[in-house]
Amino acid sequence: MTTSAVILFPGLNRDRDMIAALTKISGKAPAVVWHTETALPEADLYVIPGGFSYGDYLRAGAIAARSPVMDALRGKAAAGSRILGVCNGFQILTEAGLLPGALMRNAGLNFVCREVLLEVVNAETMFTRGYAQGQILRCPVAHHDGNYFADAKTLAGIEDNGQVAFRYASGTNPNGSVNDIAGIVSQQGNVLGMMPHPENLIEPAHGGMDGRALFEAALERLEKNAA
Amino acid sequence: MIKARVTVTLKNGVLDPQGKAIEKSLGALGFGGVGSVRQGKVFDVELDTKDRKKAEADLSAMCEKLLANTVIEDYHVDIL
Repeated sequence: MTTSAVILFPGLNRDRDMIAALTKISGKAPAVVWHTETALPEADLYVIPGGFSYGDYLRAGAIAARSPVMDALRGKAAAGSRILGVCNGFQILTEAGLLPGALMRNAGLNFVCREVLLEVVNAETMFTRGYAQGQILRCPVAHHDGNYFADAKTLAGIEDNGQVAFRYASGTNPNGSVNDIAGIVSQQGNVLGMMPHPENLIEPAHGGMDGRALFEAALERLEKNAA
Repeated sequence: MIKARVTVTLKNGVLDPQGKAIEKSLGALGFGGVGSVRQGKVFDVELDTKDRKKAEADLSAMCEKLLANTVIEDYHVDIL
């Protein structure tokens, strides 16, 4: 059975949805780790959910990224463990230097809460292998600071390395992200950060299941569920 | 005690939609000739030291580690 762990910071608010998704898809409730911990339990997938850690004071994710637990997460990232950051989790991973670039205030200045379309740009990552290359997914977003930015050199690097996992498709870019980037993986491919919320489209009651294959891939449930 | 002011601004070339909105609002208030507005943050920091060099080094380290995100922001330290 695959195991997962959710890291909690004060001010996150999407943790319950994430815990429900991980529990339903892996068959086992994730370990929940408070930000003051200095060690992480063994798990197949570590997740930082969305919300507004520390009220987004200073910059979205900035304070959380300097929490004690992040050194342990850095160790897990270096060792090749799978790490997923959604929304504020993505912001925290970029602030912590685990993913390149930064997430800035939405270009339209408004908080956006709506459904967007995502193109699977790289279907060969350990998170996206349950999708087809170029597949278009529905996915909700809800954020104020999702405007992905990286300097030209960094951007060229992540594009050339296949690190762009998801792009906003069909003109649905809600925040001005450069190159319509919605989600990226680390150079080694074991860390994924994305602004949209796949945990909110995993069962029929959600009105769609487009997010489910991401968790099935990350939790190594693809084959089992297909069988 | 040393008092310092740290100014953090977006790097040149980084889009600043908040600055743009402020710029437009100034125009709407009748302030003509505002070429551009870039907004940023100011931190007033008090340090328990008399050592100016140490204060400068500490403040730079604070900027690199927390006060600025050097992917998108520049910082400037003034000892007051």
